[in-house]
Amino acid sequence: MLIGGIMVITRKNPVHSALALIVTLLAQASIYLMLYAPFVAGVQIILYAGGIMVLFLFVIMLVSIDRSMKERQFNSQWVVGLIAATALGGLFIAVYTKGPSIFPDHVLPIVENDNTQKIATMLYGQYMFAFEIASLLLLVAIIGAVVMAKKKI
Amino acid sequence: MHEIIRYIESYLKTKDLTPGAAGNMFWVLVYIMLVFAGLSVAVIAMNWLERKILAHMQVRLGPMRVGPHGLLQPIADAIKLLLKEDIMPTEADGFVFWMAPFIVVLAAFTVFVVVPFGPTHAITDMNIGILFMLGVSSLSVLGIVMAGWASNSHYPLIGALRSSAQMVSYEVAMGLAVVSAILMTSLNATGTGTLSMIGIVQAQQAQGEWFIFKFFPLGLIAFFIFAVAMVAETNRAPFDLAEAESELTAGFHTEYSGFRWSLFFLAEYSAMIAVSSIAVTLWLGGWLRPFPNLLNGATWDLVFSLFPGVTFLFFAAICFYNTVRMPKHPLFRIQTIGLAGFGFVLALIGMVLFVPAVSMRVQDIFWFSAKVAGFMYMYIWYRGTFPRYRFDQLMQMGWKVLLPLGLGVLVLTASVALLQQKIWHP
Amino acid sequence: MLHITTLHYLVLGAALFLLGVIGVLTRRNVVIVLMSIELILNAVNLNLVAFSRIWGGLHGQVFAIFVITDAAAEAAVGLGILIAFFRNKETVNIDEVNLLKW
Repeated sequence: MLIGGIMVITRKNPVHSALALIVTLLAQASIYLMLYAPFVAGVQIILYAGGIMVLFLFVIMLVSIDRSMKERQFNSQWVVGLIAATALGGLFIAVYTKGPSIFPDHVLPIVENDNTQKIATMLYGQYMFAFEIASLLLLVAIIGAVVMAKKKI
Repeated sequence: MHEIIRYIESYLKTKDLTPGAAGNMFWVLVYIMLVFAGLSVAVIAMNWLERKILAHMQVRLGPMRVGPHGLLQPIADAIKLLLKEDIMPTEADGFVFWMAPFIVVLAAFTVFVVVPFGPTHAITDMNIGILFMLGVSSLSVLGIVMAGWASNSHYPLIGALRSSAQMVSYEVAMGLAVVSAILMTSLNATGTGTLSMIGIVQAQQAQGEWFIFKFFPLGLIAFFIFAVAMVAETNRAPFDLAEAESELTAGFHTEYSGFRWSLFFLAEYSAMIAVSSIAVTLWLGGWLRPFPNLLNGATWDLVFSLFPGVTFLFFAAICFYNTVRMPKHPLFRIQTIGLAGFGFVLALIGMVLFVPAVSMRVQDIFWFSAKVAGFMYMYIWYRGTFPRYRFDQLMQMGWKVLLPLGLGVLVLTASVALLQQKIWHP
Repeated sequence: MLHITTLHYLVLGAALFLLGVIGVLTRRNVVIVLMSIELILNAVNLNLVAFSRIWGGLHGQVFAIFVITDAAAEAAVGLGILIAFFRNKETVNIDEVNLLKW
């Protein structure tokens, strides 16, 4: 997964970047399976790898990339960017070496066969409001995307 | 060596052979090899069947020369494709060009990990089975987009864009139809349904009717939506605008030749078999024999258990009939002998299937394969009968007809199911 | 065999997050910046699901599903903006997006 991530940010050709991202997403789905979250893994494969990445590939193909591949790839502010990222990384390291005392170890719950049912109960019971808002958000996003990409409104 | 034999014996002695029960690599690999071999045979048979059946529908004969009645034609095609020159366009992106057929084949074949051939006959039974199948079959869209882009010429690009837009649109309708079938699995005592493929068929068995007949006509409409969407999903006639020969010079696989083209072709047929097996599992009751409850009892079980053997003997009889009808010319001697030999092999298989020990195990696999074969025949029938859809008509139908219909069926199924649980049979 | 504790998942999530941040801050191609944003969201999801694994309740996984949904919506809108912009300026370089009004 890390190799995929590194290839996403360093490739010159955006199509190669998109392929590396697909590899990263599929690896992420398998990590979800390791974390006993099969439903989230399935959703990740269908939505992310099968939907969003198709969208990205469409747009990359529509936007001509020949000119952009011959230009410089990295920003003029890349030094500052790297310094900022290193600072963030230092912060992470400081938090994580405070230790495993903050994050308890694996509790090793029983492997569930009804993960999907429990998620569904929670989604439609406790988080019903968030569910409705998410559907409204998707509606707004659809209308927004269609309006943004039209030739004349 | 002794270890291996003892290991195999210890596995065969276990009575409850649930899928993946051994939980170890050896038996999983054996199952995978079996399914892969079966799938390859099915794809080869599909190739031959498609050409013969299309030909008979168009009142001509189809391939007759290569083997007896063209039976060796797929092998000849495979040899030709393997020997062709492997062309790569000069400006094409090498890595993406190479990866694209690989991804499509991977997506089409990985789906068969969860296909249930029987109550204990699946490679594995994930408890998100149907979700996994839908997700992995949506990965083939990626392969097609990559194939179109990497060929660096405008015909494949347009073909790939059209083909992937069509596949993505009809995935939505497919998903809605699938959800309304999954809803019907929750009509049991505990009120919880299941996403696992084997669980869905067991729910149909417990509720005593196939989901296609449930809440008539809602199950039927859902099945109809899925049947149309699955034909569009696999880019087959009448939705094959993106790859038809007369439209776009073969669309996204124009620049592929030889072995790479045969990979696309292989992936297309196995995707067809995969979505047909989804349809059979969800609506037509998987491996259950017809009329499990209406005609129950020991005698009917015996009658239905004779079906596999009878089918093979029927095919053997057709072979022998055609052997007798072969022209009595010395040049046809090899073909006559070949056909008679094939008939003998089929008859032998039929005889073996009459043995009760074998027939008990093969029963489920046979009914499942028979239903999937019915779907394959429908696919070929559609190709021979319907004219092609224009691309805007296709997209219109996907979004404006199938999607509202799917939503309506979902809402109605949910309300009828709720009524049934709460009010009619509390 | 290394015993995989929670810390390993969190460190992996942090590494992905860092890679995404570097991608956003240093690349000039808009599409790659958007893909780095997707990397960041994935790292967050990984953290969420890992925590839901420790504490047992499924709240983390439900939240992760919502995050995936929102990422889809945001990718769609972002790419729409990109297409609208590209139609006017013929380039996918962020450095050329330097006029507030033209």
